[in-house]
Amino acid sequence: MPLRTVLDSSDISRAIKRISHEILEANSGSEDLVLLGIPTRGVELAERIDVSLAEIDPGYVSNLGVLDITMYRDDSLDAEREIHPTQIPTSGIDDKVVVLIDDVLYSGRTVRSALDALIDIGRPRQVKLAVLVDRGHRELPIRPDFVGKNLPTSAAERVNVMLANTDGSDQVVIEQ
Amino acid sequence: MKHLTSIRELDTGSAIAILDNADELGAVNSREVKKLPALRGKTVVNLFYENSTRTRISFEIAAKRLSADVINFAAATSSVSKGESLKDTAQTLEALGADAIVIRHPMSGAAQTLATKGWISGSVVNAGDGSHEHPTQALLDALTIRQIKKSGNDLAGIKVLIVGDIQHSRVARSNVLLLSLLGAEVTLAGPETLLPKTFAAMGCKISHSFEEALAEKPDVVMMLRVQRERMQGTFFPSEREYAAKWSLSGERFKMLGNQTIILHPGPMNRGFEISNEAADDPRSAVLTQVRNGLSVRMAVLYKLMAGEG
Repeated sequence: MPLRTVLDSSDISRAIKRISHEILEANSGSEDLVLLGIPTRGVELAERIDVSLAEIDPGYVSNLGVLDITMYRDDSLDAEREIHPTQIPTSGIDDKVVVLIDDVLYSGRTVRSALDALIDIGRPRQVKLAVLVDRGHRELPIRPDFVGKNLPTSAAERVNVMLANTDGSDQVVIEQ
Repeated sequence: MKHLTSIRELDTGSAIAILDNADELGAVNSREVKKLPALRGKTVVNLFYENSTRTRISFEIAAKRLSADVINFAAATSSVSKGESLKDTAQTLEALGADAIVIRHPMSGAAQTLATKGWISGSVVNAGDGSHEHPTQALLDALTIRQIKKSGNDLAGIKVLIVGDIQHSRVARSNVLLLSLLGAEVTLAGPETLLPKTFAAMGCKISHSFEEALAEKPDVVMMLRVQRERMQGTFFPSEREYAAKWSLSGERFKMLGNQTIILHPGPMNRGFEISNEAADDPRSAVLTQVRNGLSVRMAVLYKLMAGEG
């Protein structure tokens, strides 16, 4: 199966830094920001964006969490899936600007589930979406606010995001 | 996995996976919106041929937390009292749209019969069959021990003492199987008449003296309810004599270590198998067991009803 590397380690670091800058710009600073990573790769991405935000903005207060969407999937009964912990920062999400963070945006169904999960927890003032890769093929009216890389793909291809802490190294590859 | 009728259907990995999921699902009970949409559109029927309050309510809330519809079917007030068979009742319930049947039945093996005869296509969960098994009770006990002892994934090396009417106890049977599977060392203690030697074959120690068993410094003491309703004939001379030898009385309670957990599946006969002093002590985890029962049943319903779509 031919593999093609589309983002290497330095591309990913640059993308994370750029997304961080864009988040601060769109929010006019870091006030009320809550970062929620979607398991599994979204969690590590959120951690790295959190570190990057702290480097850029000395006044940044970290509100980092995890939002598991297993029980909210629209295909949840097709297969048994591992349930991950959901961790919401103690300050909550009410009236905050929540940035959902995931590795790949594809059909949009994961994000739809995440929005449902979010609404059961509280009422954010705004919800934004950051993804490392947008590969197109949306099935729902959902669009990202912050994108690391737009990657036009065919539906037959597989996009694999690998991150240092989860997979040992940083890269994005396409399997054909 | 489609049915849960016995702990024997689990291996170590799948048992730990259920406990892990239960830990995560338990978190929803402390949220403002205590509901997850995972089983939306599914119907769970509680088919109870024996009286039960806590287990039925626990299964009912668990299913509702996962957004399933729940129907409670108490056999005593139904067409079963007109002589309808288990097969006909179950098939009728499935024709009405039941996706899973949670069954409690006085006959050992009833849940397995329902799961394996091909009468119905839905999932079957055993909520207690005669004196055979009560798998979700064992899972909630294991979860409670694991949480309090912070023992990691399994229960390796934890000493559990189960005391009382072992013979009639489905709770004891399921617990011996599950706790051993998770690496705990199980000792059973009870009078000869209520503790058959056959239990030694299940890989646990057997004691006929509560004091001797307590001297071994167990990490967990699980008291069982005396199941008078399952006793035909006499198993002990008098309640007073049973209580004198087998109650977790004030005296025996003082023999427990500072970190020893007291468990009881409920309902407790205070003053009979357990003293007020023991039941109300901070080391008693009875209410934690009830809370964990909800989480475990959510995890089991999710596990059985997922992957079948």
